[in-house]
Amino acid sequence: MAFASKSPWVIHYDGSSCNGCDIEVLATLCPGFDGERFGVVNTGNPKHADIFLVTGSVNEQNIGVVREIYDQMVEPKVVVACGICACSGGIFHDCYNVIGGVDKAIPVDVYAPGCAVRPEQLIDAIVAGVAKLDEKSAALAAARKGA
Amino acid sequence: MGKATVIPFGPQHPVLPEPLHLDLVVQDETVVDVLPQIGFVHRGLEKLVETRDYNQFIYIAERICGICATGHSVGYAETVESLMGVEIPKRAEYLRVIWHELSRVHSHLLWLGLAADAFGFESMFMHCWRLRERVLDLFEKTTGGRVILSVVKVGGVVRDIDATQMAEIVSVLDGIKDDYTKIMNTLLTDTSVKNRTVGVGYLSTEDAQALSMVGPFARASNLPYDVRSFGKGAYGDLADFQPITATEGDCYARVKVRCLEVLQSIEIIKELAAKMPAGDIEVAVKGAPADGAQASNVLEQPRGECYYYARGNGTKNLERMRIRTPTSQNLAGMTVALKGCDLADVNMIILTIDPCISCTER
Repeated sequence: MAFASKSPWVIHYDGSSCNGCDIEVLATLCPGFDGERFGVVNTGNPKHADIFLVTGSVNEQNIGVVREIYDQMVEPKVVVACGICACSGGIFHDCYNVIGGVDKAIPVDVYAPGCAVRPEQLIDAIVAGVAKLDEKSAALAAARKGA
Repeated sequence: MGKATVIPFGPQHPVLPEPLHLDLVVQDETVVDVLPQIGFVHRGLEKLVETRDYNQFIYIAERICGICATGHSVGYAETVESLMGVEIPKRAEYLRVIWHELSRVHSHLLWLGLAADAFGFESMFMHCWRLRERVLDLFEKTTGGRVILSVVKVGGVVRDIDATQMAEIVSVLDGIKDDYTKIMNTLLTDTSVKNRTVGVGYLSTEDAQALSMVGPFARASNLPYDVRSFGKGAYGDLADFQPITATEGDCYARVKVRCLEVLQSIEIIKELAAKMPAGDIEVAVKGAPADGAQASNVLEQPRGECYYYARGNGTKNLERMRIRTPTSQNLAGMTVALKGCDLADVNMIILTIDPCISCTER
């Protein structure tokens, strides 16, 4: 199942980000940085996605949504925390309505800090995510053989 | 008419870059009622004035929204300056307006792309974002940042734009204008675009006024309200400023108003670049706002009028900071415009108010 890494599909969800990272996630996939030349395609459907790009921190209202999207994705799957808010809460870490980084809700594989995160760094994070995706699919295949 | 059914829309939805949840009550294919639910992006940053002093808070104010970031930092800085009676140099006012108008160009191009994507015109989305990258390159050259510029401070601006850079901004904008005019003509004359926008999501002038709509959404319903026409700061030095309006009040009018505003912003930047006064770019700000001092301020964000209120308590921390953002006004008009529309047009109507949820919820 290593073909997923040839063309990873991503899904993007805005946790409680200020939009800065969201527009950089979209800019990564647009002309200029053109993530699509690596086969990275944005999808709105969690069931089609391999990599989950989350921007912004989690709060009481959206933690359920983040978990729901993660649960709906099929294995193997990778989570990339985009921007410092998604990594740790960032500048808003002591706001009353911020629980913290996305890792408080779901397991995170790659952290891409920055405020706002730069497209070059996002491409880097997706490439690192693809390596994780390969590892995970190899582990899944081994488990299937063993079973 | 069939039985009423509720269709949930969002918070995760391909057309929305941001989380907004709507319960669409539909009968057959017609939307009869809309119940918005917000709170997915609420951080509670107004309360942070209690732990950050007025100089530090500008970095929080800037991160209210990553699209209108410059606008929020300018709005906040102006409010605190009037709270403390600070006069900033003319050059700083000009520089602020230039960065602010550049962000209007980038915000409207971003929006035009998303709107094109909402009715399935994906190549237009890519073209708009390709042009937008050139504005972001200007930001990066003049400030170092792409979306969060951190260039405004209480008492002026942090960086200057020298004559060489200013000439470059003007020549890049001229280049953008040529490409942009082609995109604009396609958006405004193409039949497939018109089929999706003309007559869709109508909001009357009376409704727009009664619901206090702001920004391009109001101007598309023939309400000529634009804070820039008050002539505050460098806007006062413009030879002529007329808000761009349209009379139709539908999605097409909203697309048209924003399309023309891009050209207007380019003209404003070019005019101010030519008139740029020499001098300092900042003044030293010392002390703290007096106990009980109050100040309010309005600013025309890309999405409409934004209102700022601040109250001091004699310390470096403000007592209260309140921001009323354009989208929180416009959501009311959006629910009115959505009623009675076809289910397939919901995307288009939501997009044409240009919702900015992270501004709204802060």
